[in-house]
Amino acid sequence: MTARLKHKDLLGLETLEREEIELILSTAESFREVSERDIKKVPTLRGRTVINLFYEASTRTRTSFEIAAKRMSADAVNISVSTSSVVKGETLRDTAKNLEAMKPDCIVIRHASAGTPHLIAKSVACSVINAGDGAHEHPSQALLDMLTVKEKLGSIDGIKLAIIGDIAHSRVARSNIYGFSKLGAKVVVAGPATMIPPGIEKLGCAATFSADEAISGADVVMMLRIQLERQDESFFPTAREYSRLYGLDNLKLARAKKDVIILHPGPINRGVEISSEVADGQYSVILNQVTNGVAVRMALFYLLLGASKEEVKK
Amino acid sequence: MKIKILMDEKAIARALARIAHEILERNKGTDGLVILGIPTRGYELARRLKAVIDAIENSDVPLGAVDATLYRDDVGIKKTQPTLKKMDIPVSIDDKKVIMVDDVLFTGRTIRAAMNALMDFGRPLSIQLAVLVDRGHRELPIKADYVGKNIPTSLKEGVKVKLLETDGSCEVVVEPLKEVDKK
Repeated sequence: MTARLKHKDLLGLETLEREEIELILSTAESFREVSERDIKKVPTLRGRTVINLFYEASTRTRTSFEIAAKRMSADAVNISVSTSSVVKGETLRDTAKNLEAMKPDCIVIRHASAGTPHLIAKSVACSVINAGDGAHEHPSQALLDMLTVKEKLGSIDGIKLAIIGDIAHSRVARSNIYGFSKLGAKVVVAGPATMIPPGIEKLGCAATFSADEAISGADVVMMLRIQLERQDESFFPTAREYSRLYGLDNLKLARAKKDVIILHPGPINRGVEISSEVADGQYSVILNQVTNGVAVRMALFYLLLGASKEEVKK
Repeated sequence: MKIKILMDEKAIARALARIAHEILERNKGTDGLVILGIPTRGYELARRLKAVIDAIENSDVPLGAVDATLYRDDVGIKKTQPTLKKMDIPVSIDDKKVIMVDDVLFTGRTIRAAMNALMDFGRPLSIQLAVLVDRGHRELPIKADYVGKNIPTSLKEGVKVKLLETDGSCEVVVEPLKEVDKK
């Protein structure tokens, strides 16, 4: 059987079809084995070049993309903005065009403004992967979340997923709402009224201000990081009050299904959105998510860079 | 040209039984043997071959799967990528006699890829190749050690091995290539 993605880029899960998401997940399942080997490398993408262009801080995502590229034998180049020409005033598009002139096969980009990867994708011929654009989407994170749930629960169809925290500023939440609902999960988001954007239901989820209500009967609870660096305005009175109402502890967790799993995109603020006993407890699969992240990104490189470029929709 | 049946279920079983005896004769028993099938049908044949060998020798030869997909030489050339299959090396293959099993030997490119994949897992003492059908048209210097049936074919024909587990019937057929099957 052969299959392929329909676009040259991965910009978000909103535009992917269910079959494409399933193809990425099943490919990623096979790639998990490569990371278990003594020689953690396959020659599939040798000679290909991947540029990681990160305009925002990242440890997990950037390292994960880099390791994934290297395990596929592609060459990975990392550009962090603090040491690049961006500080000399180069525009985004000029940076992209100059990078393209060095003939990369893929640019992985993270930027604080929503839509940046889309803009770059239109101006370059190589593949572009969105590694997070503002509060818009973070598709590879949602894919690794889905892979982790599939690994632990066997299926995504029919499960209840509760996403709790700052929904308004979360690209992880948005990609997960698209992805999980396309695969048949029931998604409920919860957070303080200041952090639930009006009309979020249009994305295909239910919304509530009560964490308890969202967690009740959930198969999967996803806690979002309180982005302290984005809290210029105050969305809640104190971290302590937020933690009491929305932080995940054993008491709140008792309302979920018996064999619930807990996801968190990291980095975690212990004692704010999740208590240490829960983060390190038996239901937490936070480190499995990180392992699966490498497999998902290997699958993305394989599917985007492994086929000939002819006849791909731009 | 219509579909020709070249081996039926009994012929396939007899060929596997002969190959099993040949493997045991050449290797003087099952000591150090590991049987690895190339998914999908090569793995099913490997499973059957193991059952036959175990029945003869009262042994339990390690069985696994070696997927050559990530080692192929046509990545980035074909418009679609082959789906990844199972890689399962159950024991260390260092200093083992590996019997690699596939259904049809054609250009030899899959076997080259599978051997490269194996080398990433260790240094076998030897690799021997068993195939149910050798249809000729090699593009690489590769030869099977054990062959169920040599079938001279035209490049306009396709050879299909059908197995109960994967196809619901058990036979080897030669049929004219459809346009979509051509590379």
